Amino acid sequence: MTAEIQSNDTSPSAMSKFFKSVGLLRESPIAIFGLSLILFWVILAILAPILPLYDPNAPLEPFKMPLSDARDGGLYWLGTDHKGRDILSRVIFGAQQVLIWATTATAVAYIVGMLMGVVAGYLGGWWDEVISFISNVLLSFPVIVLYIIIITYLGATGFNIVLAVTFASAPGIMRIVRGLVLDLRTRDYIFAAQTRGESAMYIMLVELLPNARGPLIVDACLRLGYTTITIAMLGYLGLGLPPPDPDWGKMIAETQPLGSFAGHMAIVPAAAISSLVLGFNLLADGLREISMKD
Amino acid sequence: MLILAFRRFLSMALIMVIVSFTLFAIFESDKLSVAGKVLGPYSNTEQRELWLDQNGYNEPFLERYVTWVGNALTGDFGYSIQYKSPVADVLWPRLGNTAILAGLYMLFMIPLSLTLGVIAGMKEGSIQDRVVSVGSVLTTSVPEFASATFFSAIFVFWLGWLPGTSAMTSGFSWAEIFLPVFVLVMYGFGYTTRMTRASMAEVMTSHYIRTAVLKGIPYRRVIMKHALRNALIAPFTVIILQLNWLLSGVIVVEVFFAYKGFGKLLLDAALFGDIFVIEACTLVAVFVAVFSQFISDIGYTLLNPRIRFT
Repeated sequence: MTAEIQSNDTSPSAMSKFFKSVGLLRESPIAIFGLSLILFWVILAILAPILPLYDPNAPLEPFKMPLSDARDGGLYWLGTDHKGRDILSRVIFGAQQVLIWATTATAVAYIVGMLMGVVAGYLGGWWDEVISFISNVLLSFPVIVLYIIIITYLGATGFNIVLAVTFASAPGIMRIVRGLVLDLRTRDYIFAAQTRGESAMYIMLVELLPNARGPLIVDACLRLGYTTITIAMLGYLGLGLPPPDPDWGKMIAETQPLGSFAGHMAIVPAAAISSLVLGFNLLADGLREISMKD
Repeated sequence: MLILAFRRFLSMALIMVIVSFTLFAIFESDKLSVAGKVLGPYSNTEQRELWLDQNGYNEPFLERYVTWVGNALTGDFGYSIQYKSPVADVLWPRLGNTAILAGLYMLFMIPLSLTLGVIAGMKEGSIQDRVVSVGSVLTTSVPEFASATFFSAIFVFWLGWLPGTSAMTSGFSWAEIFLPVFVLVMYGFGYTTRMTRASMAEVMTSHYIRTAVLKGIPYRRVIMKHALRNALIAPFTVIILQLNWLLSGVIVVEVFFAYKGFGKLLLDAALFGDIFVIEACTLVAVFVAVFSQFISDIGYTLLNPRIRFT
């Protein structure tokens, strides 16, 4: 009964809170600019199948410079690469790949990291000792070593990349969440919930985590940017998703030796990665600024 | 102080034991696949069994682990399949090359980011603060392989000022090391700058700075004598901990510019399946990371005037 009333109470206010926080974004031009950069790539990635693009993996005419005419009367806006594939199309389909995998990997890392953090912070004792120790061991690995071990041992598939990002990021997320929970667990509403006889599970998932969201949203934006870099970097190093699907990092690696006469082939994907990461970083910066004002 | 250092040292040793054991279990628990990697894909099971027997692989797992650790501690990391020589012979020169790269990076990155961070943090919200903050977000958004692409397009292919690769085939060359270091500094300085800025901004709002200003001490002196010491504690730990993720940048830069360093060795070994080189490189990398954490902890307590050991 009480739960029902509560949920009826909170849902409209949650909605209006959401709109209020979107409205708050207007206070920070930096956040707006960052969000626009992200949306630019998200919209292109979603529209990719219906946009009038060449097949990203089809060999058309090799070594065409940007804005050169295609044999079939079309236009290669950004030119073609050494295998004759349309670069514009590859960049847009590459955006699809990187956005899907970066979001999935960050989300999984967050779920694991938040659960570890809330358990360590709220239950304390042995839970805290064991989880903190595992995190410390994982954090003592240089991240790239963790990636190389996991991917060479298990193979370069999307799932293993998600796994590797989770191993590398979850301990850091766990530390942040644990710190926030240690602060929140002494609040009155937690005592109220304990007195009501709520289970530890309920308190952790319903009372603690939602109230820790502020700093986590900023951190998530930063981590999305960093995961984007990671996925492109793995592609660059030859540890990324298997071919032939376009991958920004691999596009740079493949065409880097041709820089002396066809620089655009590597510059275009490099600019694409930088702009997307810049979007995430600026949004995180703007959100932090807004949250400091309150 | 000694007790603290000893406790930190113990936890460092414990982490190294766990990490090395995990690595050993991952790479060497499947004996036949080790033999397959060493003898190549065309060896038959009989040959592999023989090799395992000759190289002491039929001892109990724990005994093998202890021998392996003992060998590693005395500098014997086994034999590289790819380079056909002892791993140590390949490893140390490569590590030296990377130390040069990392050392030059630190040499330029530290003064640059501390100066920028202090200038920005002195006056929060001022124009110089805005410029430095936006600039550091901008540069940290361009990963090394992207900025290396941009800079070599400008300096190598367009202006023709610098060589595009840094293989150092005819000895050490400043022209060849410039771009790798430049790329690392461009990506790396932003983070330390932001840390320094935040730390400086926090110190500047503290009471003792206000007191110093109100006492009529010249502004320069307030900054140099009073603010800096406290403001630089946090960046110090950040700089040392950077070693941990500097390695990713180092690998990318070494691959991009074909620089013969530790990172490229590790990556090539991983792609080739050169198992003993992977083990050695991983151990070294984790040791550097854990040791830098140790130094950072000790340094923090030494620098912080609020912690005194008598």
